[in-house]
Amino acid sequence: MALSSVLQSESADFSFNIDRSFSFGCGFGQTDLGFGAAPGDRLNFAIKASLGPDDKDGPERKIEFLHGTTTLAFKFQHGVIVAVDSRATAGAYIASQTVKKVIEINPYLLGTMAGGAADCSFWERLLARQCRVYELRNKERISVAAASKLLANMVYQYKGMGLSMGTMVCGWDKRGPGLYYVDSEGNRVCGDLFAVGSGSMYAYGVVDSGLRQDLSVEEACELGRRAIYQATYRDAYSGGQVNLYHVHSEGWTRVSQEDVLKLHHQYQEPKK
Amino acid sequence: MAMSYDRAITVFSPDGHLFQVDYAQEAVKKGSTAVGVRGKNVVVLGVEKKIVAKLQEDRTVRKICSLDDNVFMAFAGLTADARIIVNRARVECQSHRLTVEDPATVEYITRYISSIKQRYTQSNGRRPFGISSLIVGFDFDGTPHLYQTDPSGTYHAWKANAIGRSAKTVREFLEKNYKEDMESDTDTIKLAIRALLEVVQSGGKNIELAIMKRDESMKMLAQEEIEEYVTAIETEKQKKT
Repeated sequence: MALSSVLQSESADFSFNIDRSFSFGCGFGQTDLGFGAAPGDRLNFAIKASLGPDDKDGPERKIEFLHGTTTLAFKFQHGVIVAVDSRATAGAYIASQTVKKVIEINPYLLGTMAGGAADCSFWERLLARQCRVYELRNKERISVAAASKLLANMVYQYKGMGLSMGTMVCGWDKRGPGLYYVDSEGNRVCGDLFAVGSGSMYAYGVVDSGLRQDLSVEEACELGRRAIYQATYRDAYSGGQVNLYHVHSEGWTRVSQEDVLKLHHQYQEPKK
Repeated sequence: MAMSYDRAITVFSPDGHLFQVDYAQEAVKKGSTAVGVRGKNVVVLGVEKKIVAKLQEDRTVRKICSLDDNVFMAFAGLTADARIIVNRARVECQSHRLTVEDPATVEYITRYISSIKQRYTQSNGRRPFGISSLIVGFDFDGTPHLYQTDPSGTYHAWKANAIGRSAKTVREFLEKNYKEDMESDTDTIKLAIRALLEVVQSGGKNIELAIMKRDESMKMLAQEEIEEYVTAIETEKQKKT
C-alpha cells in the first residue's frame, strides 16, 4: 500500500508545482485547492521514519487510522442504505466508540469515512464546499456522478503522497439513486453495493445473501444493520454503534443509531 | 470625446464608458448578419453568406460552428476572434463532460464564453473580442435555448434575435412576426429565412442555415432545401398580396 511504503522510507521528499489550473466551472487559471495555495507554490513534505509502524525507538504512533472499520452502502428500489460502525482504533487501543463515520455533505448527499479520519473529513468537507458552489453557479443540484468525480480528481493530485481515504459517495439525483466508491489511490467506481474496511468481508457475506432488489425500506435497513453487526462481532477493529442512513428521492434520513451490544442481545435471544 | 481614454482599455472614461468595448461593438455591426430563432422543438441559426471571390472555395468560410452534440453557434464580427472563442468553448464542453459526466447546458457554455470575453475587457494590454455570438441548442432535459453574447461579456436569453449588419431591421421584423411556441418546425425555419431575406441581396443563394431538432445533431441545410423554403415563402407572399 502506498501509505506504508511512504512511512517506511528514510525521509520522503515530495515537491510539486500547483501552477496548473485545476478549475471546475467558469474560472480560468484558478487554483481551487481551498487552503490558500497560490499558483507557483512549491510544497515540500518530508516524513521521517519515526512514524513507521515497525519503529521501536521513535515516538508513539499518533496518527489515528480508520482502516479498522466497517462501512457499507447498497442500492435498492427505494434508494440507498448506508450503514457504518463507530469504532476508531490506534493499533490495539480503542480510541473511540462514538465516531461519526458518515459525513453529511448536503441534504441529499452522504459520504462515508474509512482510512485516515482527518483525510476523509477534510476532503469531504472540501467537497461539500465545491458542491455548494456548483449549486449556486448552475442553479441546480450537483449529480452524484459529478460530486464523486470532483472528489476523485481532488485526491488524485495527491496520489502517492500518503493520503488514506476510502469513501462512498451516496445520493439521489435526477438519474435516481447514485452510489460511487472513491479512494485515495484514484479509484472511482460506480456500483450497487460496496463495503469498505477491515470488517468488509463479513459485511459482504451478510448483504450478499440477503440483498434483493424488491426489499422494503424496513427490510433493507435491517439488512444493513445486521451486516454491520456481524462485522463488529468478528472484526476486532469494528464496533461501537451502528449508524444507519436511508437516501431517498427527498434526500437522506438518519434512520437509527444502535449500540452493537444491544443488537447482540436482540439477535441472540431467539436462539436460546 | 476625450481620445486619451481609448488607450488602455482597463480605464473608464469620465462618463462611465469603456470605449474599447463600444468600438468592439461597432466592429460587430460591420459583420454579416446572423439570425437565430427558438421554436418549441427546433432551433434555427441563419447567416448571410459573404460573396466569395471566383477562385475561392466557399466551404472554408463557415460561420456556423458546432460546439458539442447539443450546442452550436453563429457569430458576427471579426472571424479570427471568433475562431479563438469557438476553440475554447469546444474544449470547455468536453471538460464539462469529463468532470460532470453530463453534456454542458447551453447556459453554462454561454456563461463560459461571456466570462472569457469579460476577462479581456479587464486585462492589461489586451483588446476585447470583436464578436457577438448567438448560441443555440438543447439542454440535457430537452429545453431549447437561444442566447446572445456581446463584446462586453454580458449575455441574455432570447426567443429570436439578430446580430451584425442591419440587425435592427431584422429584429423589428422578428418582433412583428414571431409567434409564441411555434409548434411547427417549418414555421420556425421559414421565420428565420424570411428575416434574413429582408436584408440579404439576391435571395436564397446567400443564406446559410443550420437547424437542430431535439435529440438530433445539428444539420446544415443544403442549398436546394433553402431554395425550396424560399420558393414557398415567395408563393405565400404572393397569395397575401
